[in-house]
Amino acid sequence: MRIYATYNVKGGVGKTSAAVNLAYLASRDGRKTLLWDLDPQAAATYLFRVRPRVKGGGKALVRGARPLDAAIKGTDFENLDLLPADFTYRKLDLRLHEANRPTRQIARLLAPLAGEYDAVFLDCPPSISLVTENVLHAADALIVPLIPTPLCTRTLDQLTTFVGALNGRRPAIVAFFSMADRRKKLHRDILADLPGQRADVAGAAIPAMSVIEQMAVRRAPLPVYSPRGVATRRYRELWREISAWPATAPTDRPVRRGGNQPSIRRISQVDDREEGVSDASSPPEPRRALRA
Amino acid sequence: MSRQLREFIVGRTDAESGAGASATVGMLGDALRPRFELGAGRSATVRHVWLDTFDWRLHRAGVSLEYSISRGAHRLSLLTRDSVQADTAVPRLSLPALTEQLPAGPLREHLAPIMGIRALLPIVSFAGTTREVRVLDTERKTIAYLTVDEAAARRPLATAWGPHATAPGSDATAPGSDATAPGSHATGSHATALAPRIRIAAVRGYDAQADRVERLIGGLPGVAAAAESAFHAAAQAAGMATPGYTNRVDVALAPSMAAGPALARVLLRLLDTAQANVDGAVRDADTEFLHDLRVAVRRTRAALKLAGDALPDGVAARFAAEFGWLGQLTTPTRDLDVHLLGFDAAAAGLATAAPADLEPLRASLLRYRAAERRRLIRGLRSARFTSLTSDWRAALSEVRAAGDEAARRPGPTTHVPIADLAATRTRRAYARLVRTGSAVTPAADEDQLHLVRKRGKELRYVLEFFATLYEPAIHRSAVRELKQLQDCLGDIQDGHVQREAIRALAERMVAEHAAPAATLLAMGELAAQLDATASRARGDFARRFAQFTSPRNTRRLALLAEVAA
Repeated sequence: MRIYATYNVKGGVGKTSAAVNLAYLASRDGRKTLLWDLDPQAAATYLFRVRPRVKGGGKALVRGARPLDAAIKGTDFENLDLLPADFTYRKLDLRLHEANRPTRQIARLLAPLAGEYDAVFLDCPPSISLVTENVLHAADALIVPLIPTPLCTRTLDQLTTFVGALNGRRPAIVAFFSMADRRKKLHRDILADLPGQRADVAGAAIPAMSVIEQMAVRRAPLPVYSPRGVATRRYRELWREISAWPATAPTDRPVRRGGNQPSIRRISQVDDREEGVSDASSPPEPRRALRA
Repeated sequence: MSRQLREFIVGRTDAESGAGASATVGMLGDALRPRFELGAGRSATVRHVWLDTFDWRLHRAGVSLEYSISRGAHRLSLLTRDSVQADTAVPRLSLPALTEQLPAGPLREHLAPIMGIRALLPIVSFAGTTREVRVLDTERKTIAYLTVDEAAARRPLATAWGPHATAPGSDATAPGSDATAPGSHATGSHATALAPRIRIAAVRGYDAQADRVERLIGGLPGVAAAAESAFHAAAQAAGMATPGYTNRVDVALAPSMAAGPALARVLLRLLDTAQANVDGAVRDADTEFLHDLRVAVRRTRAALKLAGDALPDGVAARFAAEFGWLGQLTTPTRDLDVHLLGFDAAAAGLATAAPADLEPLRASLLRYRAAERRRLIRGLRSARFTSLTSDWRAALSEVRAAGDEAARRPGPTTHVPIADLAATRTRRAYARLVRTGSAVTPAADEDQLHLVRKRGKELRYVLEFFATLYEPAIHRSAVRELKQLQDCLGDIQDGHVQREAIRALAERMVAEHAAPAATLLAMGELAAQLDATASRARGDFARRFAQFTSPRNTRRLALLAEVAA
């Protein structure tokens, strides 16, 4: 079972759209897939037309009074299930804090599902909290949507530092551009440069298009109502990159230039080679250095 | 993950009206509003094939396996009476299919212990139209799927497994054999309508809503909860008895029946079994076809030896030699089957050699088997085999008919009742087993123990032939005790026989330059392990035999003979 988490400390950057569309594409690949909507705003839950309620709330799940399995809802799509959001998730930090090993609870809760699901997507709320720490410990890959602005690298660096400082197992970081607007020169420049410079930025960029926003109107994953659209194609490319990420990532992967080569590298392995370099002032090694 | 199975049958009123699935769906939509809406439906022509092993292991285990084919898509659904255990898209299945030929996953894991070494075969098949619609809640979220199976176009197709159709029905009037004889199965070549069937499949997490849907549909006039599984209904519509084939000698005998005609019924049942397995043995669907064929032949030979004198003069002698030939015809292939069936376990049990060292042995076994099977098939397709079975059936039918005729004649009977025959032969077989076993000393050789095993088999066959004459509880206990003794003797003899077979195989492979040194060493270790197993069983014989001849079991056998009489 591979666990992916869509995460960004900011809201409104395309986390939920990515989680819903990537989970749907994973299920279409024949993978038994679960999407856990951890955001009390319940946007992913809404998109699947499921009532945002878990009996007993987050408290029952964390305390084990209600097994995760019992709260799962089938979606309208084969191989794709949803663990809905609940408004009580806004207090999930408190519930996690009450538990033993408070940063490992989500990993513990997901463990029994390993035999049933091939892929789990965690749609995270925008914050840095105990929920975030839980997600980082549970996830194999952190999927980070970035709006291509000058500050986006700073956001990614901060996250990389935060993940690098974690004890024990750390997820790979896969950033991708979201809401990219090619009418803006700034966006175009960043889209052209950054993926070549950083190993942790995917080549596929999701454009800012109203067809993606229509997900909230249609209440369905994008590929369902726009199977051949540009945006769907970009999500497919992104999913291909993410799903090609190997279980044991090589430390030096081939450089991709606009193709479909997997470009994801385990940040933990970068850290291993750069022992002691893990604060915000030392960004990850750029791609060119790797080539050398 | 299993889910509840909710099925309904639509009464004939709707079907007779000719309204079809669309009208049924319309009726269901009206019943579910306003709480639920039905989404757009889709219709498809679906071919449903119910799969089972030849001896209906799935059915006996309380499950049915439906293989459905629609628009090039293939699905396997494993159902119990009230739940869907697995429902999954699969690649096209090539039938017959052994466990390892099924797609890996929960379905295979569920089926493997039930199927064992038997293959899945198409048992009954219907083609029809299935209409599937989504049940939507007020958010227009799918909470369940409704499928309506149209009955009108359904048609049972002849299965490829000819024995059901081709084995001559031998004993339609005999008690016990009419319901389960392989020959009683219909060919299914005629069109048969099934009642339209509605199935509600709840989406995960929406069981409460599906319960409500179930209640609303169940309340409709002319709709009733399905009392039997779709497989059961399909099999019945195709004229099949359920369960179908069994290799048991389950002929119901009345104690007063004349011994000769009663024995003829038992022998006809054995002939049915033998013939039912010929097709599968020739096609090599799985190794149990040949095994069951051999068992039926062995039982026939034993019956001729132990009670053949109850048949008219000369009948037993006339056929005994021919059944001896048939037994010998099947032996080489079966011996190789036994080696191959136990191959992986034997290889895994090697302590010093590597399992891979034995692979040349497997290759040789498969090669020898292919050659032996050609000989077997020639024999089973020969005029000699055809004459044997047809002449034997004719002779037995004559005996049975004469018995029926005599039974219809008024006045006192002069024949020996079957109960008397059963009593004397039970006593005799038991006494012979006890006498032979008691003569076994710690220094006894393998031949002596083999003789004990043969005597044990004779008693076992007697207990099987006349099973319906005995008191069931005592009969079960006696068979259980005997089985434990036979298992011990089987381990002894199989160990010795297989060890010698390994030696012979090694010599043959060396002569053919097919045995590398590592393989010979591994075969040596295998032979030593077989010897050790036989020695352990040999050490256990005295205890097993003492248990079998305990006063309690002796009393049991005496009671069996008395009750039969």
